[in-house]
Amino acid sequence: MIGAITAGLFSTGVAVSTTSYESIATVTVGAGNATSIDFTSIAGTYKHLQLRCYLRNTTALSSLYMNFNSDTGANYARHRLSGDGSTASAAAATSSTFMGLGDIPTTASTFYTSVIDILDYSNTSKNKTVRNLYGYDLNGSGEAGIRSNLWASTSAVTSISVTLGSNQFSQYSQIALYGIKG
Amino acid sequence: MAAGSTYTPIATTTLASAAASYTFSSIPSTYTDLVLVTNFGADTATYARCRINGDTGSNYSETSVGGNGSLAQSFRDSNVSNGAYITYNGYAGTNAGSAMYTLNFNNYSNTTTYKTILTREAAAASSAGATVSLWRSTAAINSIMLYMNSGNFAIGSTFTLYGIAAA
Repeated sequence: MIGAITAGLFSTGVAVSTTSYESIATVTVGAGNATSIDFTSIAGTYKHLQLRCYLRNTTALSSLYMNFNSDTGANYARHRLSGDGSTASAAAATSSTFMGLGDIPTTASTFYTSVIDILDYSNTSKNKTVRNLYGYDLNGSGEAGIRSNLWASTSAVTSISVTLGSNQFSQYSQIALYGIKG
Repeated sequence: MAAGSTYTPIATTTLASAAASYTFSSIPSTYTDLVLVTNFGADTATYARCRINGDTGSNYSETSVGGNGSLAQSFRDSNVSNGAYITYNGYAGTNAGSAMYTLNFNNYSNTTTYKTILTREAAAASSAGATVSLWRSTAAINSIMLYMNSGNFAIGSTFTLYGIAAA
């Protein structure tokens, strides 16, 4: 089946832990591929969130997008520094309808990886900043870089949707969501 | 689905004497991702690399971006046999605390896909950067050797391996 994959989370409370880094939920794409990977009902009990990604595209090299709380308004902005193996480049976007997290390749067996930090995600007094380290290498082409994204909203982040636009995530793609206590 | 505590130290060491390499071996496959954090200096101005599962075949490649204080630049290597770069954008200094590198091995134990290594470089004396490396093998990663192209890691250099288990 091709479609969105959603991981439901506990909306109240988390397991008591003596450590500060906890696994919340994981989505792994099956043989049917997926149009989006979604995390919903995220509890506000952590200080920060981290997404650890391992992704491949079924169709064509294309950008990875992320939205919070189903907001598709022009409330996002971003900067990037990246290299393609020969040139380092930088770019920015404002009034965007999504966050951009890098390109996802299609080459068989070869996956993009990223570590995405969502800082102070449950604070209701300030906008939200996201940073990520990311890259993919195809033994002759690739991209490595760092990005910052802004969501101009004071709402707590309670859901996360990650997509490839009109393309799909391939089998074995995986995103794991972790909570970091303050 | 239940939340669970993770980010577990698997092994750590502080070098009591200079060494040309350090190896994490018999890495369990019970985690989802590995994170290797190293803080080291070197007695020779040269690069450090990591070799996976002792593989000396031409199965490594990488793409990097970084800055050296005056230039932003990007590099690539293909079909490399001597391992994935740790210090692609610049050398570590001689003091054991002069450079820090964080290597992410996501989905390291799966036996279906190639392995991608994501490295954040912070060498205060020379550079800052990010490197993505590909190891073209579907084998689970069970050992990681970090080594200098020549010379030694300095006394006091630290190497710590963490395991992260997804819910």
